[in-house]
Amino acid sequence: MLKTLTPKKRFRREDLPLYIMALPTVVWLVIFCYLPIFGLVMAFQDLNITKGIWGSPFVGLKNFQFLFVSTDAWVITRNTVCYNLVFIAVNLILAVLMSLLLSELRSRMMAKTLQTIYMLPHFLSWAVVAIVLGAFLDYDYGIVNRVMINLGRQTTKLDWYQQRSLWPGLLVGINAWKNVGYSTVLYLAVISGISQDYYEAAVLDGANKLQQAWYITIPHMRLVIGVSLILSMGNIFRGDFGLFYVVTKNSGRIYAVTDVIDTYIYRALTSLSNVGMSTAAGLYQSVVGFVLVLFFNWVVTKIDADSAMF
Amino acid sequence: MAKQKNLYRDHHFNQIKTGWNVVFSIILCLISLLMLIPLVLIVVVSFSSEASIALNGFSFFPTEWTLVGYKYLAKMGDQILVSYRITIIITILGTLMSLFVMTMYAYVLAQKNFVFRKFFMWILFFTMLFSGGLVPSYIMNVRYLHINDSIWIFLLPSLVSVYNVIILRTFILTTIPDTLFEAARIDGAGHFRVYVSIVLPLFKAGIATIALFNVVSRWNDWFTGMLYIKKASLIPLQTMLKNIQDNIDFLKQNAEVAGTPDGIAFLNSLPDQNLRMACTIIVIVPILCAYPFFQRYFVQGLTMGSVKE
Repeated sequence: MLKTLTPKKRFRREDLPLYIMALPTVVWLVIFCYLPIFGLVMAFQDLNITKGIWGSPFVGLKNFQFLFVSTDAWVITRNTVCYNLVFIAVNLILAVLMSLLLSELRSRMMAKTLQTIYMLPHFLSWAVVAIVLGAFLDYDYGIVNRVMINLGRQTTKLDWYQQRSLWPGLLVGINAWKNVGYSTVLYLAVISGISQDYYEAAVLDGANKLQQAWYITIPHMRLVIGVSLILSMGNIFRGDFGLFYVVTKNSGRIYAVTDVIDTYIYRALTSLSNVGMSTAAGLYQSVVGFVLVLFFNWVVTKIDADSAMF
Repeated sequence: MAKQKNLYRDHHFNQIKTGWNVVFSIILCLISLLMLIPLVLIVVVSFSSEASIALNGFSFFPTEWTLVGYKYLAKMGDQILVSYRITIIITILGTLMSLFVMTMYAYVLAQKNFVFRKFFMWILFFTMLFSGGLVPSYIMNVRYLHINDSIWIFLLPSLVSVYNVIILRTFILTTIPDTLFEAARIDGAGHFRVYVSIVLPLFKAGIATIALFNVVSRWNDWFTGMLYIKKASLIPLQTMLKNIQDNIDFLKQNAEVAGTPDGIAFLNSLPDQNLRMACTIIVIVPILCAYPFFQRYFVQGLTMGSVKE
C-alpha cells in the first residue's frame, strides 16, 4: 500500500475539497473502527471497568486459557463454521434453482409477484421472526404441540426450546426462509440481463432447456455467485446474532447446538461481565476470520484471478 | 432463412412447454405460500379472541374473531407511541446523516485522478476484513464517548456502512461518465459544485437505493436498543418487540395507568397473546407496505453490490 505513494503523488491544492469531503468518514473510521482495534489489548488484561484500559493490570494469556481450557471454544467454533457452511450451500442451491424456474415462467406478472413475496421475509427483523416462530413452537398455544397431540404423534406437550435435536435443521430452515429470496432476486436480475442472442443461437443448434441452463445461464451467473460466495466466506467466522440469540430465545438447554462465537461474546459481556474473556473471544474471532479471508482470497486467485477480492 | 424469420415472429419462441409451465408455477406458488403462511398466522392470531386462543391455541381458524387486541393497544399505547416516535426519528435522521456523509466519501473514491484514491479505499476496505468486535466498541461507546442511553447511540456508530459506500462508488462510476466530470472541471467548477449540481441530481436512483437499505436496517435494529438503552423513552419498536417476546408484561409495566390500583387491575385483565401479535403487526406493517414500491431500487442495489470495479 505504501509503495503506491510515490513522490509524484503529493498534495495538490485543487484536491483540497476532496479531503474535506472525505473527512467525516475518516474521523468516523478512526473513532468507530480503528481505535476499537487497539481496544483488543483488553484481551490481555484483567479489566476493571472503573479504571479503564490504561489502569487495568496485564495478565498475559490468562483470558485465553480460560476460554480454551473449557470445551466452549471448540463448541462455538464448530457451530459457527458448520452452520455458516450449510447456510451458504443450502441458500446457494435453492436460490439458483428458484431463479432458474422463475425465469422460465411464461407469465411475467406472476414472476414479479412471486419475486416480491420471496423477498418479504428479508424485511422482517429477527425479533419479528422469533415471535412468528413462537406462534408455532409455543408450549401452551403453539400450533405444533396442538397438532401433534391431535394427530396422536405426541401424548404430552413438549417444550421445543429445550429439544436439542430439533434445532440444527430448524435453524437452517429459518435462515433459508429469511434469506433465500434475497439471493433469488439477485440471480434473477442477472439472468434477465443475459442477451437473448445466446439462447436463439442455442435453439437453432437444437439445444433443449436443460442444456441452455447448463451451458448459457449458469456460466453467466458464475461471476455474481463468485462475488457473493467470497463475501459470505469472509463472514464464515461470524454467527448471525439475531438468529442464534433471539430466535432460540437464548435457551440454555440447547446451547450445545445453538451457541456461536457472537452469542458467547455477548453473554460473556452482559451476564458474566467478564470483559477480558469476552474480548479474548472477540480477538480470536477477528484474527481467525481475517486469516481465513486472506487464505480464501489466495485460493481464489489461484483458481480464477478475476474473481479475487483484492 | 424463412424459418429463422418465423422463429423471431413467434411469440412463444423458446418458451417452456405448457405442462412444464404449470409444474413450475405450482412449485413456485407452494414456496411462496411457505413464505406467507407464517405471517398470515400472526395476522389471524392478532384478531382471535383470548377465549378462542385458550381453547384451540394459535390457529388459522379461530372460533371467535375480535378487535380487542388492537383496541387495547390503542388504550395502553404509551410505550408504543413513544417507541414509534423514536424509531421514526432515528430512521429518518440517521438515514439523512448517513447519506450525506457516505455520498461525499463515495464521490471522493470515484475520482479517478485523485492521487490518494487508493489510500482512502484501503482504509475503508480494511475495516471489512478486520475489526475490534463487540467488546471494544461497547467500551468505546459507553466509557469514552458516553453515548449509551442517548439518541446518539442510534446515529453515530451506524453512520457509515462500509459496504454501502462501496456500492455508492460503483454506482457513480457506472452511471456518471468521466467526461462529464472533466467537462465540469474545465468549466471551472470545483469539486463541491460538481458534487452538488451534477452528482447528486444525476444520482437519484443510487441514493434512493442506499436510502432504502438504510431505512430498512434502522427500522429493524433491535440490538442497539437491547445493548445500550435503559430509558423507556428511547426504546425503539424492534427492541420493544424483543422485550414483549421475553415478557408481555413489558408493555404493562410502562403503561401510564400502571400507577393506580384500578389501572393495575385493568392491565392484569388484558388479553396477552393477541395483544402480542397485534403489536407485531403494527411494527411490520409500515415496512411491508412501503417495500413493494421500492422493490425496483432494491434489486438495483443488489446487483450493484455484486459488481466489481
